[in-house]
Amino acid sequence: MLLNNIQIDDTFAEAFNMRGARVIITAQNLKWAYHAANAMTGFATSVIGCGVEAGIERELTIEETPDGRPGVSILMFAMGSKVLMQQLETRMGQCILTCPTAAAFSGIDGEDKISLGKHLRYFGDGFQTSKLIDGKRYWRIPVMDGEFITEETTSMVRAIGGGNFLILATSQPAALAAAEVAIEAMKKVPNVIMPFPGGVVRSGSKVGSKYKTMFASTNDAFCPTLKGATNTELSPEIESVMEIVIDGLTFEDIALSMKVGIEAICNLGADSGVKRISAGNYGGKLGPHLFKLHDILNGSNS
Amino acid sequence: MNALTFTLKNALKFSVNCSALTPNSLDNKSITDVANIKVTYGNNTVPVSDLFDITGSDATHIVFKNASNKLDYIGAHMSSGNITIEGNAGSYLGFTMKSGEIHCTGSAESYAACNMVNGLLKIDANVGDFVGAGSEGLRKGMRGGTVIIKGNAGDRVGDQMRRGLILIEGNAGDYCGSRMIAGTIGVLGNVGAYTAFNMHRGTLLLKNAPSLHSTVQDCGTHTLPYLSLLFKSFKKYNTQFSQLNSQRVQRFVGDAAYKGNGEVLVLNAQ
Repeated sequence: MLLNNIQIDDTFAEAFNMRGARVIITAQNLKWAYHAANAMTGFATSVIGCGVEAGIERELTIEETPDGRPGVSILMFAMGSKVLMQQLETRMGQCILTCPTAAAFSGIDGEDKISLGKHLRYFGDGFQTSKLIDGKRYWRIPVMDGEFITEETTSMVRAIGGGNFLILATSQPAALAAAEVAIEAMKKVPNVIMPFPGGVVRSGSKVGSKYKTMFASTNDAFCPTLKGATNTELSPEIESVMEIVIDGLTFEDIALSMKVGIEAICNLGADSGVKRISAGNYGGKLGPHLFKLHDILNGSNS
Repeated sequence: MNALTFTLKNALKFSVNCSALTPNSLDNKSITDVANIKVTYGNNTVPVSDLFDITGSDATHIVFKNASNKLDYIGAHMSSGNITIEGNAGSYLGFTMKSGEIHCTGSAESYAACNMVNGLLKIDANVGDFVGAGSEGLRKGMRGGTVIIKGNAGDRVGDQMRRGLILIEGNAGDYCGSRMIAGTIGVLGNVGAYTAFNMHRGTLLLKNAPSLHSTVQDCGTHTLPYLSLLFKSFKKYNTQFSQLNSQRVQRFVGDAAYKGNGEVLVLNAQ
């Protein structure tokens, strides 16, 4: 399949089940909402080493936030509910409670309730107070800048992680420029995050390793410097590959995000240096969700 | 279908216990069945038809016409539907009410919303003592729901209140929020003596500065962001509280004599 002279491989991205939660962070202004959100979603690129994958989903207007202040919504994903709960509470305590003027609210409704400020309230040392407003319980914890407000719980929902596509280009600058264009377009899609730095990952991995202690290792088939040394997937003119990984609340959200990102790159044309779009296909070892590139671009994914 | 309407035939000499006349207890009953229901009238029991003209058939909406302050326990234990009281209501209006809505166009006697669990109770005029309090022998008052009073309220508003919201557009009497365990009481008028007496937790939101006893301590004037959440929740009610928007309040905490952590927030801080 060719799209604006860029080859789209007949392959699929392979994704796995995760548990996700959305938190709305508000503050006196967007600057401080971002400080809190950036701290909360820091060191959360991959579950392999961070426990969770997290990112800022989008900015919220004052009409969209519970307390009428500027805010952002973040999404957090983990492989299991226990890890998600633990990471959420830890990050709430260290990143939101500590950030001046910040407050945290649930951003998603579901049956599985998990603690947001339920245990954090004990920081109030007995001076904390709760308020039940419109059926939701909030905690007010006295802190040095005034009061920290947090909703008692948020919800945990079933989600999908590991949607991805690969950008194969003739140079590193060309691959990165295309990735940046894709990320800008994908940021406008709701319910997804691209958790890696700037949304882009250069160290895509394969499942397994020659070393017993490693369960993931470099994706040598897509490493341009190994073309002659391994069973490569790259043609001679490809010098750099960038990957965009997407976590989302549903299959459709991730598929839409991939479509938007790939189309944005293809709009640049082959003269941009991008020659192929491929995806991380691990032969069925990684997860049950298959995002077939051709189906996604044809709008026939399911 | 028209609302099931009970029109009082004559002025009452004694109190009537109306607890049997709720939407959930009259659901699927014929007019004849309803007319034969026995209610306590003074020391006797009499059929409903002796006291009221009964019209309409939609038991999900019950209307009391020519209502008087001798009609006690209207909406008691109610768990669904609507009740409209055209006139005054007696004591224990909305007693242990669990859901639904009651609208009284006149005044109500004491113990309105007593032991209330959930739902909405609106009173267009005044109300007696012990609004949202616990009934005799109970250690907890109102446990949820919303009470909106357009006029004045008597003494002991929210005594031992455990949860819920009481909004009073007029004045409140003495001991407002006494022994309060949690919940929110708002008063736009003035409050009487011993406000927050033995208050444990909860919030008294007052427009005007009260005269507080010495064991309720001044914590200074602050901007409290949580008030935006509270005020936002008031918007859906047709009340003067819907207009509130200032988060700047003077905060008092007490009752220290009870090791309490309740708060009195004064909007018109001095």
